[in-house]
Amino acid sequence: MANIGDASQTVPPAEVPEMELYHAKSWLTKYVFCQDAKVIAIQYSCTALAIGLVGLVLSWLMRLQLGYPGTFEFIAAEDYYQYVTMHGMIMVVYLLTAILLGGFGNYLIPLMVGARDMVFPYVNMLSFWIYFLATLVLVSSFFVAGGPTGAGWTLYPPQSISAGTPGVEGGIVLMALSLILFVIGFTMGGLNYVTTVLQARSRGMTLMRLPLTVWGIFVATILALLAFPALLVGCIMMLLDSVLGTSFFMPAMISMGEMTSTEGGSPLLFQHLFWFFGHPEVYIVALPAFGIVSDVISVHSRKSIFGYRMMVWAIVAIGGLSFIVWAHHMYVSGMNPYFGFFFATTTLIIAVPTALKLYNWTLTMWKGNIQLTVPMLFCLAFIVTFLNGGITGLFLGNVAVDVPLSDTYFVVAHFHMVMGVAPIFVIAGAIYHWFPLMSGRMYNESLGQFHFWVTFIGAYLICFPMHYLGFVGVPRRYYEFGETSFIPESATSLNEFITIVALIVGFAQVSFFANLIYSTFKGKLAGKNPWKATTLEWQGAETPPGHGNFGEELPPVYRWAYEYSAPGVKDDFVPQNLHPDQVIRDDEHTANVNTTKAAE
Amino acid sequence: MNIFRQLTQKPWLDVGENVIDIKQGTTTPTPAAKIGLFWLLASITVVFSLISIGYSYRLTLPDWEPLPDPSLLWLNTGILLLGSISLENARKLARQGEIKKAKNKLIIAGGLTILFLLGQFWISNELAAMGYYAAANPANAFFYLITWLHALHLFGGLVAWGRAINHINRSDNANKIALTLELCAIYWHFLFLVWLILFILMIFS
Repeated sequence: MANIGDASQTVPPAEVPEMELYHAKSWLTKYVFCQDAKVIAIQYSCTALAIGLVGLVLSWLMRLQLGYPGTFEFIAAEDYYQYVTMHGMIMVVYLLTAILLGGFGNYLIPLMVGARDMVFPYVNMLSFWIYFLATLVLVSSFFVAGGPTGAGWTLYPPQSISAGTPGVEGGIVLMALSLILFVIGFTMGGLNYVTTVLQARSRGMTLMRLPLTVWGIFVATILALLAFPALLVGCIMMLLDSVLGTSFFMPAMISMGEMTSTEGGSPLLFQHLFWFFGHPEVYIVALPAFGIVSDVISVHSRKSIFGYRMMVWAIVAIGGLSFIVWAHHMYVSGMNPYFGFFFATTTLIIAVPTALKLYNWTLTMWKGNIQLTVPMLFCLAFIVTFLNGGITGLFLGNVAVDVPLSDTYFVVAHFHMVMGVAPIFVIAGAIYHWFPLMSGRMYNESLGQFHFWVTFIGAYLICFPMHYLGFVGVPRRYYEFGETSFIPESATSLNEFITIVALIVGFAQVSFFANLIYSTFKGKLAGKNPWKATTLEWQGAETPPGHGNFGEELPPVYRWAYEYSAPGVKDDFVPQNLHPDQVIRDDEHTANVNTTKAAE
Repeated sequence: MNIFRQLTQKPWLDVGENVIDIKQGTTTPTPAAKIGLFWLLASITVVFSLISIGYSYRLTLPDWEPLPDPSLLWLNTGILLLGSISLENARKLARQGEIKKAKNKLIIAGGLTILFLLGQFWISNELAAMGYYAAANPANAFFYLITWLHALHLFGGLVAWGRAINHINRSDNANKIALTLELCAIYWHFLFLVWLILFILMIFS
């Protein structure tokens, strides 16, 4: 535990003038084409949540088909595959990535590092609007002839661009275009996040005084800047294969009874490109979530984060390792067994720093003054869920276990736990945690608790049975199973059960949005720093923070972000920007120390 | 302070040592725009590296038929090199405060780049007219992909080039102008290097 009296007494004087802050001159530039990172964050979040709701409705339609096959005539096989594809892509890229980096990144980075704004505000604004355009292009594929692509979210060629696949007429082209736009937009945002963290920190904010949320977003952004190009290249090549008839990925094949004009292309090349992006993508989502969980748990346990340095190094190590595990998604592609061995090994190694983080979160809470607020509950749920999903990941990371489980519901259960449910818990928890900062008001606790318990229990009732379905061999991506001999009757009833729970959990999300909308206008006033947190975003002159974030002067930083329950200090938190002389000490404690010294 | 020392700090044990050697708003003397450019180049490097890997793999397959070697590509490469050299001169002149001369060099560099792009466009048209369509052979497809993607990046550079000229016309801040030209020069050198590698790859295939 730090001795508060030993905190850095000095910060260097200002040597260069502050950044020139952009000031909006019209309603349009203040609320629409705005360059303030906080507004951009809200724009990103609202767009991501809106498209996420589309993804949610698609999942309901899939569940209706799986739970009650043949009942809903408007769901044809082609429609089902389109739902599967669009649901996957929307949730992974357009919701999770966009909200965690574009939403939380934009809102929290400048506030947490003590900056006025992002370093390139104009480029930041462009980033959002290109993302918005990408989302529109994606949605437009629902309205073109043939509808959106139904090739599965991995878009594997040759299927994705071959006759007979839903959306081959225009859907796949729009999907590729949309992803290209997304990558361009993200790159513009990513340059901002990384550079702001590196170059715009307030005086005294050393790298090792950064909150872990910033570390998570920072490393995730680096991953994205280096991994998204693979998706970009894959999409450009696929677009050319689809539109110009080139053969980057298209082999010689017979389609609909006729030889195609293509030959020699390598579908495996696309798989490598896709997963070189696809696996880091898991950590592009997970690392910000790790950071947020660390901060929320520390605040709501009134304890310093356990093993801060280890946590930082683990984030960096996971980021590095995530680039050498991609082919564990391709064990059944016929790869050389030595490659399989290599990728299985790296996959298992990545579990080490991840497990380290889980231990540290647990130890952070150990003997803490735990407050079971809604954000804390969601973060606890994340820890349990990520652990569950991570353990099934160890199963699937082993080639010998993965081969029989590949393309079964076990895989669906695994990635929904680790990549779907767990980050969604964090997003919900983070929104509840920072809602008082964003709106200046508290959320409704009862509605929040209702939202948490229904979502938490519901998510487990949905995903746990899927593991069983996978074990008995139920394959994923099937429109209907009919009378398949190896699929037991229990699988059918389980599917029905999962569908009912999915509908309930989906509808329960109304309580979340209702809570946010109601509380924004009618919630109890939060006041400054309602969670008694140490980090800079809560220490500004106004709540919510105004343009420029920190009033007249940027806050100097004297200590790390986790000074909770420090001995000898009256309050159980010491803000990062509180001068050591202003820390109110526990008189009794000081007197005791004096007495002991005198006795010595 | 080096990165290793920073990452091994124990922030919970600040012992009164002034561990901060930063200026307000920055943590190294490197301008933010330069750091941003560095990350952009890292991202572009991945794009072209992956295409090169795909190219190297694809050319080993039996259906690969190399394109004829258009001699204009050599000339074009020379033009891009001259553009890069011109920008380097502009950068040096701007650092010496010779803004007017720097501007002239900058304009020459832009003109050479436009010439390069026109040359690339002409080569593509010629090849297509000779029947080397993108769909006809993977070698053709890769050629068009590489040249057009590289040209698109240069086109993006030209947008920055236009802004740089505008900046010189409107600003009298020599330091800012020098930085702008330095960023342009780095980007041009980088794209020349990328083109050189891709060109060598295409020639030796």
